[in-house]
Amino acid sequence: MKKQDLLMVGVGGQGVVLASNILSEAALADGYDVKKTDTLGMAQRGGSVISHVRLADKVFSPLIKAGEVDIIVAFEKLEAARWSHYLRPGALAIINNLSLPPLSVSQGFDKYPSDSEVAGIIKRRTDNIHLIDGSRCEAELGSARLLNSFMLGYISLFLPIKVQTLRDIISQRMPPRIRQINLDAFDRGRKEVPGHAADELPGSPEQIPGS
Amino acid sequence: MKKLLSGNEALALGAYHAGVVVASAYPGTPSTEILETMAGFDDVYAEWSTNEQVAMEVGLGAAYTGVRSLVSMKQVGLNVASDAFMAASTTGINGGMVVICADDPGIHSSQDEQDNRHYAVLAKVPMLEPSDSQEAYNLMEHAFDISERFDTPVLVHTTTRISHSRSVVVTERERAVPARQPAFKHNMEKYVLLPTSARLRRPVMEERLTRLAEYAETFPFNQIRAGSRSLGIISSGVAYQYAREIFPGASFLKLTMTYPLPQRMIRGFATQVDRVLVIEELDPFLEQNIKAMGIEVIGKEFIPRVGELNPSIVEEAAHRAGLIAVRPSLPVVDVAAELPRRPPLLCAGCPHMGIFFVLSAIGQRAKLPQSKDKSPRLPKLVIAGDIGCYTLAAYPPFRAVDTCGCMGASIGQALGMEKAGIESSQIVAVIGDSTFMHAGISGLVNAVYNQGKITVIILDNRTTAMTGHQGHPGTGISARGEMATEVELERLVRGIGVNDVKVVNAFDLKALRSSVKKSLASPELSVIIVRGDCPILTRARSEPRAIDRDKCDQCGTCLLIGCQAIQREAAGVYIDDALCVGRSCTICEQVCPKRAIGPLSSVNTGASR
Repeated sequence: MKKQDLLMVGVGGQGVVLASNILSEAALADGYDVKKTDTLGMAQRGGSVISHVRLADKVFSPLIKAGEVDIIVAFEKLEAARWSHYLRPGALAIINNLSLPPLSVSQGFDKYPSDSEVAGIIKRRTDNIHLIDGSRCEAELGSARLLNSFMLGYISLFLPIKVQTLRDIISQRMPPRIRQINLDAFDRGRKEVPGHAADELPGSPEQIPGS
Repeated sequence: MKKLLSGNEALALGAYHAGVVVASAYPGTPSTEILETMAGFDDVYAEWSTNEQVAMEVGLGAAYTGVRSLVSMKQVGLNVASDAFMAASTTGINGGMVVICADDPGIHSSQDEQDNRHYAVLAKVPMLEPSDSQEAYNLMEHAFDISERFDTPVLVHTTTRISHSRSVVVTERERAVPARQPAFKHNMEKYVLLPTSARLRRPVMEERLTRLAEYAETFPFNQIRAGSRSLGIISSGVAYQYAREIFPGASFLKLTMTYPLPQRMIRGFATQVDRVLVIEELDPFLEQNIKAMGIEVIGKEFIPRVGELNPSIVEEAAHRAGLIAVRPSLPVVDVAAELPRRPPLLCAGCPHMGIFFVLSAIGQRAKLPQSKDKSPRLPKLVIAGDIGCYTLAAYPPFRAVDTCGCMGASIGQALGMEKAGIESSQIVAVIGDSTFMHAGISGLVNAVYNQGKITVIILDNRTTAMTGHQGHPGTGISARGEMATEVELERLVRGIGVNDVKVVNAFDLKALRSSVKKSLASPELSVIIVRGDCPILTRARSEPRAIDRDKCDQCGTCLLIGCQAIQREAAGVYIDDALCVGRSCTICEQVCPKRAIGPLSSVNTGASR
């Protein structure tokens, strides 16, 4: 079986941990050895969240070595940039086109990086960037809590895990009240056409000060 | 059954299958989910104890009656429980007793980075260390067997990366029917640690260690894995997994029982390889013990003592040690330094925002971002802090926590400052409800008895929020989510002898400000109970607030309450209606000098965003 090392990153409250749990359970159901680990910090909401998910015939370390991630799934743009040094050259970067400015930015002490700065940082590692729009999916389906299922739907296009397995695990994990809408978001993710990275994130490493 | 379990879930399931009857704990990252999982089993008694020492005593009392008990805590919890732990080791047990302590290398969510493996040596008890969830599950049965066979509590040592990683667990057992009916047999020489009995127990403990060392030689999870003769690696815990990944060809001695050590096994392994490398997190615990056996090893001259290990760090160390030829292919450039940090924050609608806004203002801690006044204002007040979500108020915009040490420290520290000569009108202790129950009560008793005049603020959000909303005695809800007798904070505080006690609504700024001012000015010890529900627990939401573009002059005052929902973009300050909790909070409405904030439907938010 092909090994896959995924990094799923975002902001506390976005559903990163639930999404990575669902993905891991689906990989197990499809016969992989799986290890997954989260780094959450001490906040209930609002801090950086990172999940390492590793699938292979046999996995030792739960943490992925920096520079060896095959796919990064970023629920937020700043977090995509923050963890991009984990990517192997040519890795796939799936990025939700959403900015959640940290408090230091809202307060005027820091500047949120521009799209071209984010792209420049990620392009040090890979040009294979897929910018997708989870907020549009949430608006279309009329709920603000669907990002995890939408992202799972999109990454299912690139993983050797059966679509039905993922749908089954989502059904098991979601309470009945929100089960169908999450399956809809998953299907919506599978139909998402990514913004062309070259157009929407027109950065190059030269544009980043100090890089 | 085959499923993905976290280390903590696997430990709990292993203990359940081993027939545990009583489980006790105080919540603490990364150990919390052990008891949460135990509480989900119908045929186990599981409790949140008020603190770790009590949890240890509950577990020990149960073990004295012959049943199996499980006690779990984070690394610093064992400091609190250490007195009881030493007693447990000295008396020995009867039914099996396993103590799980979860260390936090890298300090993800703790106040220190201590290596609790030393406690096994101090207490003279055996220690087991799992390296993934499957082992965590398997080990528990052995841990209880060892405990009963050698009449000793067993320390199971885990870390954040074991407790909070999910990996595959196959279980073939079901729950063992508890073997014994509870019965306490009087035995003064064992259970009553008067000096006459305690002296009798000392040689028993030493003889127990000798027998345990012999047992370690045959313990099935201490394993040699033959590989290249040029390099032998001795490792344990999650470090073993990193080592397997970086050194695919080496020989391994994987130690799972790490105290006492299997000395013959280690000697034998060392003679079979040219060079021995010890890979372990934090202190050179294995390394020093192996060196003391006269065996030459390398280790901490290459493997960092500080922080959590990961495969990259082990690889880098291996390169420095000349054990792998090639440098890691990619330079690991951490880009985080050039990006804005995202420190943890209080949640939108948090009941701590109002009181810390008041303390920040009275204490002259915050300035408006665009303030022209660049002169440093000397902060007023000394605000002794404690352990909980509210410690985050040390960060901007509040900057209103001056100390944080250990559970319950705030009240004692504040009194010490008063006794040293700081004006009591300038001293505040802030402590959460769960932390107050854990270790604050004795500090308050002390302040009453010693005629303190400080102001103590108990932040009563009706839960143990930071670790994930566990109950505590003040909530009236048990670990199983059932109704329990509520220890009423106000009556407790009055009962201790505090006369000046105020209970204030956490979302009423005016009342907060006036009560803090009154208490600071008061010539006696005063306690303010600031009460407001944690919004993450209640999930109460109503119409979000919004900013009226016609009235807002962009002064930035609302940003000083540190609410995640209030954000600023080029067009101005706005409230994220997906985050705002609405009516239950309204702190932003109360601070706005222009009265520009109100319910979404009642204000002009300007252009559609």
